[in-house]
Amino acid sequence: MPGPAAWSLFLQRLTAHRHYWRSSAIGSVLEPVLFLAAMGLVLGSLVDRGPGVPGGVGYLAFLAPGLLVAAAMQTATGESSYPVLGAIKWDRTYEALLATPARPVDLVAGHLLYVAFRVTSSAAAFLLVLLAFGAARSPLVVLTVPVALLTGLAFAAPVTALAARLEEDAAFAALQRFLLVPMFLFSGTFFPVEQLPAVLQGIARATPLWHGVTLARDLALGTVSAGPALLHVGYLLLWTAAGAVLAARALTRRLVR
Amino acid sequence: MGDMVESLVRARGLVKRFGGYTAVDGIDVDIAPGEAFGFLGPNGAGKSTTMRMIGAVSPPTAGELRVLGMDPAVDGPAIRTRLGVVPQTDNLDLELTVAENLLVYGRYFGLPRATVRARAAELLDFVQLTDRAGDRVEPLSGGMKRRVTIARALVNDPDVVLLDEPTTGLDPQARHVLWERLYRLKQRGVTLVLTTHYMDEAEQLCDRLVVMDKGRIAAQGSPAELIAAWSTREVCELRFPLTEGGPGPAAHADALAPLAARGLAERVEVLPDRLLLYTGDGDAALSAVLAQGLQPVSSLVRRSSLEDVFLRLTGRTLVD
Repeated sequence: MPGPAAWSLFLQRLTAHRHYWRSSAIGSVLEPVLFLAAMGLVLGSLVDRGPGVPGGVGYLAFLAPGLLVAAAMQTATGESSYPVLGAIKWDRTYEALLATPARPVDLVAGHLLYVAFRVTSSAAAFLLVLLAFGAARSPLVVLTVPVALLTGLAFAAPVTALAARLEEDAAFAALQRFLLVPMFLFSGTFFPVEQLPAVLQGIARATPLWHGVTLARDLALGTVSAGPALLHVGYLLLWTAAGAVLAARALTRRLVR
Repeated sequence: MGDMVESLVRARGLVKRFGGYTAVDGIDVDIAPGEAFGFLGPNGAGKSTTMRMIGAVSPPTAGELRVLGMDPAVDGPAIRTRLGVVPQTDNLDLELTVAENLLVYGRYFGLPRATVRARAAELLDFVQLTDRAGDRVEPLSGGMKRRVTIARALVNDPDVVLLDEPTTGLDPQARHVLWERLYRLKQRGVTLVLTTHYMDEAEQLCDRLVVMDKGRIAAQGSPAELIAAWSTREVCELRFPLTEGGPGPAAHADALAPLAARGLAERVEVLPDRLLLYTGDGDAALSAVLAQGLQPVSSLVRRSSLEDVFLRLTGRTLVD
């Protein structure tokens, strides 16, 4: 179990973040504005003129919560790939921390705490933009932020485990190209997975992103029900827990030898 | 266990293997409180691996190891609370300022904020970096980064400071600044454990050292004891012209054999570029060489150093 050193690492990363929070904050607002304008409003006006998305909601209302969660996936993955490998191999900051009472499990927990902070603050900014666009249909929309957090962690933990095993960063580009981009495009963010052939539907539903996107959408549209919601949450927690255990193990094998 | 003072570090038959490779091959070490203890040896001798085991970040493969009376395999965090570590490669947080690096690091030891703040200010003064406190670490010179790392290692007021190759890669001036600071630490009673492949560093800083080679301890003692035990008082270095296809230093060594027979040199070492005459009286040996009709292009009479001890023990030089 992680100890107080996890909190110390969280504070350390926060101290570093203070040096460049402005540019990161601008991105957290600008990106949703651009996406929701181009795809939600402009492309959405075309979609809504046709048969539209199921449930009779406008495309903007359908898309926005999905994008909020997909953005969380990108933020969490970005923070857990190069920065983690860098802390292990290039800057060796993890080596410095393991010379203190901190243990690998503390580093993993502290890192995930920081990712949680980054994902939550970006998702909160996204939520404000979503509200400004009038894309919410239920007050439960505020719960899309914790869903984004859960989804972010479900990616951050296994990607951290991967980073802890890598010697080269080339795998991150492959991860982006062959897993994250396809997931982003086909896991229900832009259209219901029911549009896909049966096999691909099954794959899409197995991704953590689909669970996050679906739950966030149900909340934002006010169509959520307890059973499926718990299932989604449980699935995301499972990825987080399994990833965290693997990450701690990989980091131990890598740095305590 | 006849020791009156308990060792801060005690190793018996300590072994570390990585797969089939044996990095540390059964060493015994005792380090007493307040002493400056060195591991001297070339790269690959097993020094850093030993330091990592003492630092409780590398579990020993076999043998017994006690650090501050505790077992690193069991009490790692408790041991590390009382250690300061200066690694071979600086691992500062480059995204932070000099002061932030210290402040942030202190938190890992569970120290109150005010304590860390006060110590950080004091330590930046100690390493003469107060005026750089608010600067990012990234653009600092190698010597300055090293000093930040040393200050960071002291933030928890450690009982033992482990320094792995503290001045490798620094220019001579930066090295002297560091040595002076480390000497001050030593005078304050801080126990220093360091590795080095620089014999001058070992002579400057170490009260006692072990000479390591290929994972084993070849000899141990104070610098003076080691020199007395393994070398002569003086050394006469001779350089001969190196001509392509001409006689190498080895050929000249044969010519020096009579000197050795007359007791003017105890031993002759042949290096690729020069000959070393080990002798009690270097000037007398040099005169005899010249009287012999040999004509070295240059000659140097000097006191024996730890480099000579290492050469004697291993047949190799420390820095290749």
